[in-house]
Amino acid sequence: MRLTLRIWRQAGPDAPGDFETYDVDGISEEMSFLELLDVLNERLIGEGREPIAFDSDCREGICGSCGLMIDGQAHGPQRGTATCQLHMRRFNDGDVVTVEPFRSAGFPLVKDLVVDRSAFDRIIEAGGYISAPTGSAPDANLIPVPKDDADRAMDAAACIACGACVAACPNGAGQLFTAAKLAHLNLLPQGQPERSMRTRAMVEEMERYFGSCTNHRECEAACPKEISIDFIAMLHRDYRKARRDS
Amino acid sequence: MTLVLDSQVPTGSIQDAWDNHRFNVRLVNPSNKRRFKIIVVGTGLAGASAAATLAELGYEVTVFTFHDTPRRAHSIAAQGGINAAKDYRNDGDSIFRLFYDTIKGGDFRSREANVYRLAQVSNEIIDQATAQGVPFAREYGGLLDNRSFGGAQVSRTFYARGQTGQQLLLGAYQAMMRQVAAGKVKLHTRTEMLDVVVHEGQARGVVVRNLLTGEISSHSAHAVVLATGGYSNAFYLSTNAKASNATAIWRAHKRGAAFANPCFTQIHPTCIPPSDETQSKLTLMSESLRNDGRIWVPLKPGDDRPPNAIPEDERDYFLERRYPAFGNLVPRDVASRAAKAMVDANRGVGPRRNGVYLDFADAISRLGMDVIRSRYGNLFQMYERITGEDPYEVPMRIYPAPHYTMGGLWVDYALMTTVPGLYAIGEANFSDHGANRLGASALMQGLADGYFILPITIGDYLAPLLGTTPLDPGHEAFASAEAEVREWIRHFLELDGEHSVDWFHRELGKILWEACGMARNGPALQQAMGEIAALHERFRSGVRVLGDDETLNQSLEKAGRVDDFFEVAQLMCRDALHREESCGGHFREEHQTPDGEALRDDDNFAYVAAWEYTGGEPILHKEPLSFQYVRPSQRSYA
Repeated sequence: MRLTLRIWRQAGPDAPGDFETYDVDGISEEMSFLELLDVLNERLIGEGREPIAFDSDCREGICGSCGLMIDGQAHGPQRGTATCQLHMRRFNDGDVVTVEPFRSAGFPLVKDLVVDRSAFDRIIEAGGYISAPTGSAPDANLIPVPKDDADRAMDAAACIACGACVAACPNGAGQLFTAAKLAHLNLLPQGQPERSMRTRAMVEEMERYFGSCTNHRECEAACPKEISIDFIAMLHRDYRKARRDS
Repeated sequence: MTLVLDSQVPTGSIQDAWDNHRFNVRLVNPSNKRRFKIIVVGTGLAGASAAATLAELGYEVTVFTFHDTPRRAHSIAAQGGINAAKDYRNDGDSIFRLFYDTIKGGDFRSREANVYRLAQVSNEIIDQATAQGVPFAREYGGLLDNRSFGGAQVSRTFYARGQTGQQLLLGAYQAMMRQVAAGKVKLHTRTEMLDVVVHEGQARGVVVRNLLTGEISSHSAHAVVLATGGYSNAFYLSTNAKASNATAIWRAHKRGAAFANPCFTQIHPTCIPPSDETQSKLTLMSESLRNDGRIWVPLKPGDDRPPNAIPEDERDYFLERRYPAFGNLVPRDVASRAAKAMVDANRGVGPRRNGVYLDFADAISRLGMDVIRSRYGNLFQMYERITGEDPYEVPMRIYPAPHYTMGGLWVDYALMTTVPGLYAIGEANFSDHGANRLGASALMQGLADGYFILPITIGDYLAPLLGTTPLDPGHEAFASAEAEVREWIRHFLELDGEHSVDWFHRELGKILWEACGMARNGPALQQAMGEIAALHERFRSGVRVLGDDETLNQSLEKAGRVDDFFEVAQLMCRDALHREESCGGHFREEHQTPDGEALRDDDNFAYVAAWEYTGGEPILHKEPLSFQYVRPSQRSYA
């Protein structure tokens, strides 16, 4: 398989950026999209040109490091799939593929395809936890959790913080990420004591970095873990309640 | 410096040892804890849980991770579960049984007192994680569910779908972020530790590099904790994340921390076989699949028929045949070697004949599609993504891959290395798994070390230091370490070499996998040591690292890590060569039973091999292992 790649290159946060075009030959359909970039980088190094910077680590769809805009779609054309799990059998010989970073005001660009997603850490820091100092926990089975609640909490907790939701959103909103963490904790009995405080703090922190949600649902479509926007509805409910109660 | 291995195991019965230790350690008064600075490197399960807990206790903690956020640490990828001796299933489990299974599973090459303590604190980990909101799987009554897992005959594994590591890590990460908000943890992301500074015999701090700006800086503290994981990526292809590396522990080793049992590596039996040369890493399929999948190969060598065309009587369910009592659930090392034997006998399957089948057809007809989908849906989907084959229709293909390293920095009972004030926790140390780790025990050990053990034991070292201030980061000891790091960076950037870092890493991996992978022998190991040294020489003078040192430079980062992997690989081979026995994951072809099982030599090798770095030939130190509670026996899973 042979592809033409148009890849965003930018030397640093303040440097000007532009697309560069690369023809890559001999692509096997067993390769992942990131392995395609590996091969291209090897070639660039051979030619004495600086390789393309991109984030990746586990390469099995769980660490959330990778994330590329591929032909305008966060993580590319396959639903429920992080970039590292996207394989070249999804592409056709002769395709021209455009690769960009996860662009958003909340994710400043670092270099080439690498962005800074540390705003997510700030949102967690604001309240994305249950205060349970080590040693203070009761026996685990002392707190029964209805299976449906536990399962829904897990559905939300599956978020990998890749930022596809933000990149896909026309408003650059961080709602799906924030809602997923809130739902995970707010659905569980252990999460009730801090529910209001957590919700207010996380939502208000989120608004410092990200835009507003206007229900485009692009986030849900782009999410590699297929997290539902129902959780955003829950975020709004919890936030109004938290405002009212305080 | 003379290196002394003193395990500091407390006196008294094994059941009382941890209590006795906790009673005897010196304590730091709660109001004095803020006078102590502790550096934690790494934010996986061990590092994040330690940082959170130390900060909760009142210590001033500084944390470094090379990731962009602490939540990306490779613990996140652990799928299957975490063990604990809760005995919620009433199936005869107990702390002693978990201890016994871990000692036996480790093939009698771990320290009894450490392992017993691990089993003791296992229950508290489940309580702690649940209180933090870790969404473990539950029964309809709302109580926690369990499953049996690789090599255990009781159901003691707690799990959160196939993402147990992710959920436990998020629990620890969130606890740590709470301390960041409280100002008790200072967090430095995208910052890589490049040296440990030891002055007058004590660890004083670290030298780090900011990966975005290239800035080198020094940070001092009263104690340094390394929680930087294992070294499976020395093999290049492994299930570890791409950036997982041995640099922190290796540079600590060069500063005086003994490295224990480097040849004890775990090759995980259920990974997807590599498809071609461009493969960048291997993907693990959870071991839980072995609960319902049946492993087989064609009876006839070179049989190219598609799996569904091979009749039942022409299949060899080799694990069920060789190990009727445990069947497909034999421990990892046993399952891996059996698969290798099949592939070596030209009975492998798939386009490259480099795998064995893991077949769910029987389970699907017995339990129905829906049950299988609910148990393994996400894993089947992941498999389909990678291979393009549907495991509901066609058997999966699996093959062993490097996954975990039992070896690591030598630590005493307090988890302190041979450098006073320098601790190693989680996979970075060698402590609890002996020569083979049981499934679902890595998460247990990482969190045991971080939540419950290190935060207690470290006080004993710190208490007498009350009133002292950490060494000035401008001190000559820091300045000279910084200068070495700068010199190393200059060297690599100035080379105009022949090949990329990845090229060298792949070549190193091939040598190591052939000689020091699933089966090892003396001549091959000796030859590999020569080849590794020669390739390292070429790397040092002929690697090509482009770019500069003032922006993100991923090739430069990798150059440092691969430079260290060469030396780690050399020590792995040396250790494997010296250990003239087979035990756990270390299989020396010269030492096997007539049936091809590992043959231990307890008379001569019942010890921990701890290597001291000299710059030339390393010096071997031995910590003898004695077994008072579990009598060493030949492991038998028939």
